[in-house]
Formats: sequence, structure tokens, C-alpha cells
Amino acid sequence: MKDEVRLMKGNEAIAHAAIRYGADGYFGYPITPQSEVLETLEALMPWETTGMVVLQAESEVASINMVYGGASTGKAVMTSSSSPGISLMQEGLSYIAAGELPALVVNVMRGGPGLGTIQPSQSDYFQAVKGGGHGDYHYIVLAPSTVQEMADFVGLGFDLAFKYRTPAMLLADGIVGQMMEKVVLPEARPRRTPEQIAEQCPWAVTGHAGKRKPNVLTTLELDSAKMEVNNERYQRTYRQIEENEVRYQEYYTEDAEYIFVAFGSIARICLKAIEDAREAGVKVGLIRPITLWPFPTKVLAGYSRKVKGMMVVELNAGQMVEDVRLAAEGRVPVYHYGRMGGIVPNPQEVMDAFLQKFPEAQ
Amino acid sequence: MTPEEIKQKGTKVYTKPELLNDTPMHYCPGCSHGVVHKLVAEVIKEMGMEDNAIGVAPVGCAVFAYSYIDIDWIEAAHGRAPAVATGAKRLNTDALVFTYQGDGDLAAIGTAETIHAANRGENIAIIFINNAIYGMTGGQMAPTTLEGQKTATTPYGRRVDLNGYPLKISNLLAQLDGTCYVTRQAVHNPAAVRKAKAAIRQAFENSLKGLGTSVVEVVSTCNSGWKMTPAKANEWMVDNMFPAYPLGDLKNTVEK
Repeated sequence: MKDEVRLMKGNEAIAHAAIRYGADGYFGYPITPQSEVLETLEALMPWETTGMVVLQAESEVASINMVYGGASTGKAVMTSSSSPGISLMQEGLSYIAAGELPALVVNVMRGGPGLGTIQPSQSDYFQAVKGGGHGDYHYIVLAPSTVQEMADFVGLGFDLAFKYRTPAMLLADGIVGQMMEKVVLPEARPRRTPEQIAEQCPWAVTGHAGKRKPNVLTTLELDSAKMEVNNERYQRTYRQIEENEVRYQEYYTEDAEYIFVAFGSIARICLKAIEDAREAGVKVGLIRPITLWPFPTKVLAGYSRKVKGMMVVELNAGQMVEDVRLAAEGRVPVYHYGRMGGIVPNPQEVMDAFLQKFPEAQ
Repeated sequence: MTPEEIKQKGTKVYTKPELLNDTPMHYCPGCSHGVVHKLVAEVIKEMGMEDNAIGVAPVGCAVFAYSYIDIDWIEAAHGRAPAVATGAKRLNTDALVFTYQGDGDLAAIGTAETIHAANRGENIAIIFINNAIYGMTGGQMAPTTLEGQKTATTPYGRRVDLNGYPLKISNLLAQLDGTCYVTRQAVHNPAAVRKAKAAIRQAFENSLKGLGTSVVEVVSTCNSGWKMTPAKANEWMVDNMFPAYPLGDLKNTVEK
């Protein structure tokens, strides 16, 4: 039923949204806190309905390479994992970026480094937005903060991935993955036909070399002069994405004297802190980057000319704060409050940290 | 072609396969890759599959396989070809999907991907070039390097107490329920070439019929890496490689 409100986990919403988007394949390996994505897909058996392939791989290394193989054929394919598994996928992500392949990767972050904890974290920000694997590359990073956005960003991620021929990542965290919320699932649509794929992806390795020049998907170029041409092409795409696809949401920013910057689940805790502070007369607002790459640099640069200070709150030791500082260019103080190890602060702790840094705000 | 036609003057009895293009091959003279490439190109054409074939190239000397055989190709990361082929085949079930991998790619860095693709019985064919050495990077030890064999990283010969044993990965793959056909071939003389071609054809047919994973190991020469003349390399292979890697079918569950 259209617009039917359901209650489900963020991880489950991703599975439902993928089927409804008309995704062709999912390849994944179990890891907490995102195993419900694979479990839900297996339970829903989309191969019986839409024809979507679902396969449990032997490792994250294998699943990202299955994605590479499937994406090479022009299909809409995806994987999901959590932090240690995403580390294993970095090689494949570099190849997928170099191959200019559309693909969707979901990272439901947990605390690290190492095996770390299974509790929520945002400590893979650097890995996601700065490259992670080898070589000069970027991919689009979307940061959902609600179960609704988990569902909506599957389609958005695939659409952007195909528009720019680049991987897209949903950088979620254990809270958004595990919590149950109301969600309206996107409308179901059919998978693309082979004809539509051939038209949309003339580069696709469909096997039909008998009727055209062979399509070869390779990331290797031993001639440095030619490789630099490839690199320049990648960079042109990244500049286009930076120009066109920055997404963010503003809350109470109009008259704000201080701006919070936070993404994902912690942005919602910041919002609660801000609403409490406003009741006490403290003029604070929030900017929630939705795309972490491309980063809303210009927007933050603009606010750095208007406000007295910025407070970056993250579930990590201070990662996005570097990009906020680059945007602010020293015009206003930019402070960071972060919790690690899977600890999630409450709104009061967030506000206490803010007032400690900006006591004059009170 | 009848024997009478063959005997007639001017009749072309042997030619370069149509799918093998004119790009000069980078393979060293005497290397087995060139012959196996020719067989793969011939078999695809003879099966009429040039319009529905996806090759997955490895990292290693055969990384440029896509430059020579005019079909669609995906160049995989080192060792990942069976996973890449899994993705391609699962989403394109009617296509002929095969990997072409060397010993380092298939039996060292890609062991997990190889075994699990075979264990799932992916309907792919795996062409496995075993020349007991890393050719592309300059002749280092491979998992299949023989005991005592000198390489750039075993300059005094492979010692099993240090480096372990030559890995007979095809024997291992033959144990898996997902494989339907595992065979070990060579291309050192015309009779062997004909057998290897028939094996490649059967492997490709098996995967199109959905019978499971087929593996064609080709015990091969790397005369450059072995530091021998091509002729000497062939002799060395017969004398040293064949005892360790005996030719013949290791498994064939397919009824002829």
C-alpha cells in the first residue's frame, strides 16, 4: 500500500528499499550491527518476485568483488557491512571507483579501531570521505539520521551512483541501523530491462561483443600519460559532484549565534540539546551535513562569517571537525565534542560541552 | 575439410583464431600463455559464444588477456577473479563467464575466492595457468613452486621447512561438491594442445549447462622466469613439473 506507515529497523528498511528500488543484486557477509540487511533480504526472497539476486559471500573481500563483477555488467548492485568489514572492502572500493562503476555500499559504523565494539560510532568518517583505499579517488557519502532516510537514501544513492558512474556509500551508524522507527517505504518499481541497461550503460560488460566493439572494464594503464588522463577524468567528475550534489539540513540557523555541526544519529541528539537551550534563551542552531562528501564547505564558510563559534559533535575523536575548520578558515573558533568506544552522549552532556567551550553563550 | 581438400595446393589448413586480434602479445616467446589464449579464442568462436561471453582477467602475466581476445572482459583485482565472476554470472545467467588466472592469483592471494566460488558450484569455468612462478613481478616463488626450485625469493631453492609445500590446489578443488570437472592439462606438444582444447571446451559447455564449476589447470612453462630456453623449459616441465602435477582428469562427474 502506498504511503503505508510501518515500524522497522533501519537495517530492515535498507533491505526493503533495495528491493523496491529495483536493485539487481546484493552481496554481503554477516557483521554486527548490520546483519539484518542480509537476513531481511534472505527472508523476503526477492529472487522470487523482482528477480533480485541475494548472496552471502565468504568474506567482505569477496562481497565487494562480487559487487565489482555485477556492477561491471551495468546492474544495480550493493553490499552492506560494518566498520571492520568495510576496511576489508577498501581494495574493492578503489577498483570500483577507478572502474567508474555505479554501486551502493552501506556502512553501519561500530566503534574501532581493530575489532573495537559493536556499539554505534562515527569513527569511519575519515575512511569514507578521504579515500580509504589506495589512489586518488572519492565517492559520494550520504549520512542518514533516521530510518526514513535509511530507506530513502538507498534510491538516492543508486541514482547518484548511476548519474556520475561512481560508488555511493550510506554512512550510517549502529543507532540508525538498529533502532526501530516509523517509515514510509519508497514505491516499488521494476528492475531495468537488459535493453534499458544497454542504453543507460553503453560501457557495460554484458558479453555481447559480437555486435559491437568489446567492452573491457579495466583499471590498469601502464602508460603514465594515459593514466594521468584517466586521473583527470575522475577529478572532473568529482568537481561536478562537488558543484551539484551537496546536501545538508539547517535547523534554527536563522538567528543563531552559535552553530552546531553534526551528522547521522548524533545530529538528532544535538537537535534536542539545541531545543532545550533555546528555551533557556541561548541562540544556537544546527547544520546537519547529509552529504559528507561532497561536504557543505561553502555553507559552513558562509556561517563562519555570521556566527560567533561552531561546535562539532561526533561519535569519534574528531574527524569531521577538520573539514569544518577548513571551511571556517580560522574566522571563528571551531570546537569538538566527541565520545568514543560506542558511548552516545545525552543532550545535557552535549550542551555542557558546548557551554564549557563557549561560556559567554549563556 | 576432407583429406583431399587439405591436400590441394593453396588450401588454408591452419589460421589465427578470428577472436585473437592483431595486438602484439607481451608474452615471452616460449611461454604457454600464448597457446592457451589461442585455444580460448578458438573454443569461444567454435561454440558461437563470442556474443555472450565475459572473461575475467587476473593480475599476473595474463592481466592483459583482454587486449588480445575480442570479447567483453573485466579486469579483476589480484586473486579476486572468482568473486568478480560470481557477481557477473549470477546477474547474467545465460552468459559464458570464465576466469583466466595464474598460480599466484588463484592459489595464493585468491585461495579463499577460488575455493568458495568452486564450493558454491558457481557456473563458471576457471582456466588456471600453473607455471610454478610469479612471472610478471620477476620470477618470485609461487604457491606451486616445486621443492628445491630456485626463484628470485628462493635463490637457494624452495625449502619446505621454510616455505611449505607445493600446493596441489586442483586436487583440493576436485574434493569439493561444487565442482563438476577438474582436469590438468599441458600445451607442450600438439597432442597435448588438442587435449587441452577439448578440456577447455568441456569446461565452457559445463558452465553453460549449469553443471557447476569447472577447472582446467594447464601446467605451463615460464622460460623467462625459469631462466631457460623455450625448448629446455618444455623438457624441464616434463621432467619436474609433471611428476608433481600429473596430467589427466582429477574429477569428471559429467556424463559424456
